[in-house]
Amino acid sequence: MSAPRTALLALGDDALVLSHRLGEWAGHAPVLEEEVALANIALDLLGQARTLLSMAGDEDELTYLREERDFTNVQLVERPNGDFAHTIARQLYFSTHQELLYERLADGGTDDGELAALAAKAVKEVAYHRDHAEHWTLRLGDGTDVSHERMRAALDGLWRYTGELSQPIEGLDVDWDGLREEWTRRVTAVLERASLSLPQGPRNASWAAGAGRQGVHTEPFGRMLAEMQHLHRSHPGASW
Amino acid sequence: MVTRGAGFPAGTPEEPTALEKELLGVAGSVPDPELPVLTLAELGVLRGLHVLGPGRVEVELTPTYTGCPAVETMSADVVQALREHGMTDVSVRTVLSPPWTTDAITAEGRRKLAEFGIAPPRPTGGAPGGGPVAVDLAVRCPRCGSTDTTLLSRFSSTACKALRRCASCREPFDHFKELT
Repeated sequence: MSAPRTALLALGDDALVLSHRLGEWAGHAPVLEEEVALANIALDLLGQARTLLSMAGDEDELTYLREERDFTNVQLVERPNGDFAHTIARQLYFSTHQELLYERLADGGTDDGELAALAAKAVKEVAYHRDHAEHWTLRLGDGTDVSHERMRAALDGLWRYTGELSQPIEGLDVDWDGLREEWTRRVTAVLERASLSLPQGPRNASWAAGAGRQGVHTEPFGRMLAEMQHLHRSHPGASW
Repeated sequence: MVTRGAGFPAGTPEEPTALEKELLGVAGSVPDPELPVLTLAELGVLRGLHVLGPGRVEVELTPTYTGCPAVETMSADVVQALREHGMTDVSVRTVLSPPWTTDAITAEGRRKLAEFGIAPPRPTGGAPGGGPVAVDLAVRCPRCGSTDTTLLSRFSSTACKALRRCASCREPFDHFKELT
């Protein structure tokens, strides 16, 4: 049985948008090794997005010709890269979640065989993304006063976008409350080791945060899409 | 033509015919576009080959990583090799299940990787659950053989490799990281 198109788009959009954000680091990363690491993570996510979007329709059309309100990614992944600590905080929050979600989809969370196969494949890749984010969280949190403070500020700043991660996606048979509990347990454990602590405050702000799945996005997302889509829209069918 | 699919076609795979075996040899000897010391057979990404009719053949490839950009080149190279072998209608299907692991790399493939200067993945024995294998276990330097090596970056020139440095000969080297 095929998973609902909305579920495929939700998962595919998360991977696509984060992939694009990470790709923006190319030419700007603090060291060459990180340039390569972030590009590799972006590439894994792009591969996942291509598979998921192709299951939902035409991958190019979905990527380049949809309007902002038609994207259903969580707002966390569209947040701008910020400083390196912001990118790592976003990676820690998202990859921990994505790994838990893919694990569940690979293990009975969907009766769509193709989606389960993708999840079983992708969970191995995401485990490396999470490992990468954890190691940087430890280095930054337990590094200098400046790196600690920046990491703390990044974790706090993105916290309000984490509530949306465990919002149920229709058509997927996942224990979302259990997923959120496990996510919180894992993130807390990493932050404690990094001499940081789990941010306080609501995980959903009172304004629109938490409506990405309904097509409501934060202001920087429109500009990201403009950059991502302009070539295809200006030169339909262009190839090289 | 490249299509995607979840896994093997329904039904139990039949014993390959003599022609299929021959064509498997042809497709399997195509070099990997990014690691040309390895053939696709040695990398373990060739999942199957079915002759569907005279001159018609379908090949199943599995990607090492979902985003591996080499898959399209691999497909094109396989199509060309089989065309040169008289197959007029060659289609390549990408299969994701069961997921590729580094245990699919043959012993000869591992030997060639080390000779090429890339530390081969250590056998994992298919640990359940997947994910990163403990990176603290010694990885041998492919140049001097020392096990005194340290991790520089979890990601190297391609998604499938990590960057390490040997403390004995001081040289950096790629390590084909384990994927269980």
